[in-house]
Amino acid sequence: MGLITGVPSEQKDTGLVEVEEGTKILAPNVVITSIDKVINWGRSSSLWPVTFGLACCAIEMMTTGSSHYDLDRMGIIFRGSPRQADFMIVAGTVTKKMSQIVRRVYDQMPEPRYVLSMGSCACSGGIFNTYSTVQGCDSFVPVDVYIPGCPPRPEALLDGIIKLQEKIRGEHFRWSRWR
Amino acid sequence: MEPLEIAEKIRESFPEEVLDVREFRGQVSVTVRKNRIVDICGYLREERDLKFDYLTDLCGMDYLGKKEKRFEVVYHLYSISQRHRIRLKAEVAEDDPKIDSVTPLWVGANWHEREAFDMYGIVFSGHPDLRRILLPEDWEGHPLRKDYPVKGPEKEWSGFLDVLDRAKRFREFEWHE
Repeated sequence: MGLITGVPSEQKDTGLVEVEEGTKILAPNVVITSIDKVINWGRSSSLWPVTFGLACCAIEMMTTGSSHYDLDRMGIIFRGSPRQADFMIVAGTVTKKMSQIVRRVYDQMPEPRYVLSMGSCACSGGIFNTYSTVQGCDSFVPVDVYIPGCPPRPEALLDGIIKLQEKIRGEHFRWSRWR
Repeated sequence: MEPLEIAEKIRESFPEEVLDVREFRGQVSVTVRKNRIVDICGYLREERDLKFDYLTDLCGMDYLGKKEKRFEVVYHLYSISQRHRIRLKAEVAEDDPKIDSVTPLWVGANWHEREAFDMYGIVFSGHPDLRRILLPEDWEGHPLRKDYPVKGPEKEWSGFLDVLDRAKRFREFEWHE
């Protein structure tokens, strides 16, 4: 979807202009495209995360949300409730005792839902190869994007979210059946 | 009051109880027997020119293979009015890991003692609510003991197995392209 300024001469007969692959515009306000594209565009443009700050990665996540890095400009607004969220940022060390709660919050989220594993600890347990720490939160929730780093800089988190948006844009037919 | 003077006062009042007094970089540690720990702490708290009204920290120690008595409970005391500090160490043997609780003197000792119980298995008699504070209640073992394996016992904690099982059962509801 984009803004068109002029109509190329070879398409003057129908008036339809292909602005990108699979999307045509009939000026001034008719758009022809697939449902996949519309839905994925909507989903990737307003991702609301449920925050799961567990350790120092949460500080970086808060920084990313603050005015200097400004997640709001990407349509990302932190939600306090999993019921209103589209994806979960698992930020920090997941202990075995906490894993029950992480899983419960994930189960409370409505479809479509995504998980972003932030930092070494959430991805693999990090330096905490001990009795209390889960060795990677992908053992009990399906992770879409892994962000390495200890903790990852805000740029890395932004990159991870952009990767998630790319993933969402590449989905097909995720609006069908019982969802 | 200087910390060594405080240690001398403790020794005068409880000559039977004090085992050792050590100074390191201006910090004085008094090692005592565990039996009259509440009396000693009460004396330190109430005595007019001592007035230890603030328990900075209370923690456990494990000297496996290094000392005759395996455990120690360490009390860091501070007086807000007198501005002096002292450290008390009470020796606790492995075969009877029990010591009296100081919760009646300092309410803040409650959670510290629960932590020492959680991590070392030291039982504080007279504690109002001696449960595990950090680990799940059905956890087996005391992880800060030196003979506890770093990666935990062979048998996984049942609560985490439940989570893994639940993740497996709910996998069919996940979206696959």
